[in-house]
Amino acid sequence: MSSEHGHDNHPPHLAHHFETPKQQFESGKLGMWVFLATEILMFGGLFCAYSIYRGNHQDVFLYGYGALNKYWGATNTVVLLASSLTMAWGVRAAQKGQQKLLLAMLIATFMGGVGFMCIKTIEYKAKWDHGLFPGTMNAFYYKNGAPAYPDKIEHAIAYIDAHNTGGHAPAHGGEHLADAHAEAPAHDEHAAPEAASEASEAHAETAEGHTAVIIPAAFGAPADVSLIPHPAVTTETGLLDTAIDNAGVTVLPHAGHTQRVWASLSPEEQGKVHIFFAIYFLMTGLHGLHVLIGMAVILWLIIKAAKGTFGKEYFTPVDIGGLYWHLVDLIWIFLFPLLYLIH
Amino acid sequence: MSVIHDPVKAGIHGGQAPGGTNYINNSKGILSWLLTVDHKRIGLMYMVCVLGAFLLGGSFAIMLRTMLFIRAASETPISEGAQNMYNQAFTLHGAILVFMFIIPAVPAILGNMVLPLMLGAKDVAFPRLNLLSWYCWVGGAIFFMFVLINGGLDTGWTFYTPYSSSTTTAATTATMGAFILGFSSILTGLNFIATIHMLRPPGMGWFQMPLFLWALYATSVIQVLATPVLAITLLLLMAERILHVGIFDPALGGDPVLFQHFFWFYSHPAVYIMVLPAMGIISELMSTFCRRHIFGYSFIAFSSVAIALLGFLVWGHHMFTSGQSAMTNAVFSLITFSVAIPSAIKVFNWLATMYKGSIWLATPMLYALAFIWLFTIGGLTGVFLGALSLDIMAHDTYFVVAHFHYVMVGSMLTAFIGGMYYWWPKMFGKMYSEPVAKVAWFLIFFGFNLTFFIQFIAGSKGMPRRYADFVPEYAIYHEISTIGSYVLASGLFLVLFNWIHSLKYGRKAPQNPWGANTLEWHTSSPPPTENFVEDPPVSEPYVLGAWEYDASIEGFVHNKEKAAKLAQMSHH
Amino acid sequence: MSHAHTHDDHDHGIGHITPVSLLLGVFALLMVFTVLTVAVTYVDLGPANIWIALGVAVAKAGLVALYFMHLRYDSPFNGLILVSAFLFLAIFIGISLMDTGEYQQNIHTPATVRPAAVGG
Repeated sequence: MSSEHGHDNHPPHLAHHFETPKQQFESGKLGMWVFLATEILMFGGLFCAYSIYRGNHQDVFLYGYGALNKYWGATNTVVLLASSLTMAWGVRAAQKGQQKLLLAMLIATFMGGVGFMCIKTIEYKAKWDHGLFPGTMNAFYYKNGAPAYPDKIEHAIAYIDAHNTGGHAPAHGGEHLADAHAEAPAHDEHAAPEAASEASEAHAETAEGHTAVIIPAAFGAPADVSLIPHPAVTTETGLLDTAIDNAGVTVLPHAGHTQRVWASLSPEEQGKVHIFFAIYFLMTGLHGLHVLIGMAVILWLIIKAAKGTFGKEYFTPVDIGGLYWHLVDLIWIFLFPLLYLIH
Repeated sequence: MSVIHDPVKAGIHGGQAPGGTNYINNSKGILSWLLTVDHKRIGLMYMVCVLGAFLLGGSFAIMLRTMLFIRAASETPISEGAQNMYNQAFTLHGAILVFMFIIPAVPAILGNMVLPLMLGAKDVAFPRLNLLSWYCWVGGAIFFMFVLINGGLDTGWTFYTPYSSSTTTAATTATMGAFILGFSSILTGLNFIATIHMLRPPGMGWFQMPLFLWALYATSVIQVLATPVLAITLLLLMAERILHVGIFDPALGGDPVLFQHFFWFYSHPAVYIMVLPAMGIISELMSTFCRRHIFGYSFIAFSSVAIALLGFLVWGHHMFTSGQSAMTNAVFSLITFSVAIPSAIKVFNWLATMYKGSIWLATPMLYALAFIWLFTIGGLTGVFLGALSLDIMAHDTYFVVAHFHYVMVGSMLTAFIGGMYYWWPKMFGKMYSEPVAKVAWFLIFFGFNLTFFIQFIAGSKGMPRRYADFVPEYAIYHEISTIGSYVLASGLFLVLFNWIHSLKYGRKAPQNPWGANTLEWHTSSPPPTENFVEDPPVSEPYVLGAWEYDASIEGFVHNKEKAAKLAQMSHH
Repeated sequence: MSHAHTHDDHDHGIGHITPVSLLLGVFALLMVFTVLTVAVTYVDLGPANIWIALGVAVAKAGLVALYFMHLRYDSPFNGLILVSAFLFLAIFIGISLMDTGEYQQNIHTPATVRPAAVGG
């Protein structure tokens, strides 16, 4: 940024400081770190929104994250970490004056960005296909306490419920479970904790290897979900038919922390599922935008490196461009467990 | 400690560039301004634009006060159309003056102008980034101008949800404008932090810095740490309006109180972005015009930092009546009182500087005195409002309006005008008319108190803020307040006239008309593009003894031998 | 503060050059942490899960900041900037979270007006 200072015609006291490459380098670095602090606080607003909705509506998050694919998330983490490695290696190459290695490392870093965005696109496409885009495009969009798209929500519920109960549930598994649960007479609040304590001892393995708890539906809602009695969702929303009988048994995951089905959410929480997707898209979207900006910066570095601009004496842009790229990585390091690994 | 360069070239011509060129006249043409990276030129461009915004926002103030006066004088309730117009007037008044005037005024105009000069540096650390920050300001301003001609804005400057997420006025455009203006503020803060860290001259440690720089540094820290949260808040609000994401809108399952947490996490520290640099100016003025060393240097310096940090812990006192929980209310109320401590430390140190000083009532000093008055009233009523029990009563009344105008206008604006008078000779090389300036000062001080003191009374009697209509019992307060606002406006116009008049007809300014010892007075008025032809002598900024008054030039001349002696004394 | 030191440094060029072995070692450790954080989701530890996930994330972020971003060898002030960014973020999130948690119950149950209070 300050690199344009001419080396002639400078007052002598500046020559001792800003005019040495080192001084200029440190100024640029300090400026970049301050800028990174602003980035952290800007993302911080989204982390704050996340914390508040997750803290106060945990079940919404436990439910909604089922739509996310943790393997794609993990793959993207590896891709981004690898591109951070190549970036750091590129800085080293620039410092040592290894022009060709620098160019190779910058191109590798850029390709890492391309890979990340490709995977992100695949993920977004999956959300789009299931009507899980943010705001009014979301199948779970609720307005004034009622779903805005009664036709779309059914499909989305089936999709996520199936995921949340093991991923390979029968075609109507989601509804199946949801209905059985919703039918449960949950009005006896005193019975609920008892039921849960009984249930938590009765572990069983599902076909997919998840530990699960079998709760007799007759005992009502598991206590760990909420102490608020669950009204009969089916009748209230009119979404799900009540034709399924699964012998009065609801299968829920072990200890209740990992997986949720739609019907286990209170009506109020059901109205907030679309906010989970809004937060997911805002966080990953803003992060994706930063990846794109970072890629643009790296592309600019590639062009300059190809011209042989950088060397032992002058590599400030590589270093501070690299700092930006690492920050993008740093933010993803937090986004990944918070969004994909909810437990 | 101090470095004395070339004692032969003493006197007023010590900083004169060859050929007499300065930063204003050394190149011509509009592009030489629009593409400049000279901090002084950028400061001037900021000055023109920010004063334009002040005129615009001030016009809305006069407009809404006039509407209230008309209502007070008439018998009939006002029409719905006029009520909508009133909502727009107070919103645009607040939004334009907060985002486009108060926040950039001191740092972007006076900070840009004198920060590198005070460091004896050639420019800020990142000159091109500095220019970019000006363009961000202009970009944000264009959005606000678009709001003016296209739908207006009626949310109040705070953009509270859920109204702001549903209003049909141009809230999205205004939000975008404020978002871009935020970047302008961030870039300025970033630049100042890097400059103060990296470009201090040899011999100037942190505690030899002028207090204005301490204030700007503390301000920059807030700008950098708080403004990004405003940015994300505004982005979320835009997402709420465009996509309906439901984070803040209760109809969609969102939480409108959360918006207020987001908003005030920035906007309360932003109050200190407004007032801290103003306090920095006062510290400079106090020492210079009392002709003595500032009292309690390190207390003033650290209190700036303390205010900046405490400012981040009190935002909830804007939300006492917004549904914030009782426990949080209590915590925020308690911490709010603590802000009074560093603020009072500053005031006491300024008073102690005056004690036994030879006070010189030049115009900048009159503004500094007005500042102490008005800030004390504004600050103490802030302590009242920090008390939960009183705030429940006074919240959203004119009591609050009066309180923050005493701080924002009474303090910040008077310090800004005082600083402008103080550095005007340095910026333009011209002296303004002292008698006219004093008349204008009186009009401003009198008009301001007439406008706003009465609002404390109206508010304590229950007049709610932001209402276009009111019962006849409040008519007299509104009438007096409006008359006061006209007096205030006339004073401000007189200031503007005086400044513009001085550019053409003003007496040529000496290098140092005030006898201050900060480094900007060691170069010519106006300075050359490179700021200093030779290195300025770095010494204690508030040791004024080396400057001797020379009646023939109506300015001060630096006595190098005395300076050397003083430097030795401060060593031993 | 910073410029005072610049001349004293024994200067082998600008900035610290990180050895390749260290870069690769850090990357390997980051991979281990990534596998660990995914693996831990298969074990139910109750509320501990989120704290473990965050702890691992902090460790990873620390590695990236210290070595890839050179903070370990950099001016300590740059590290202070990073730490204070997180500190102020913690204040923001912490207080907002506390408050929203506190008033959440008021959203579920509408406030009731006690007639006694009105009657005085």
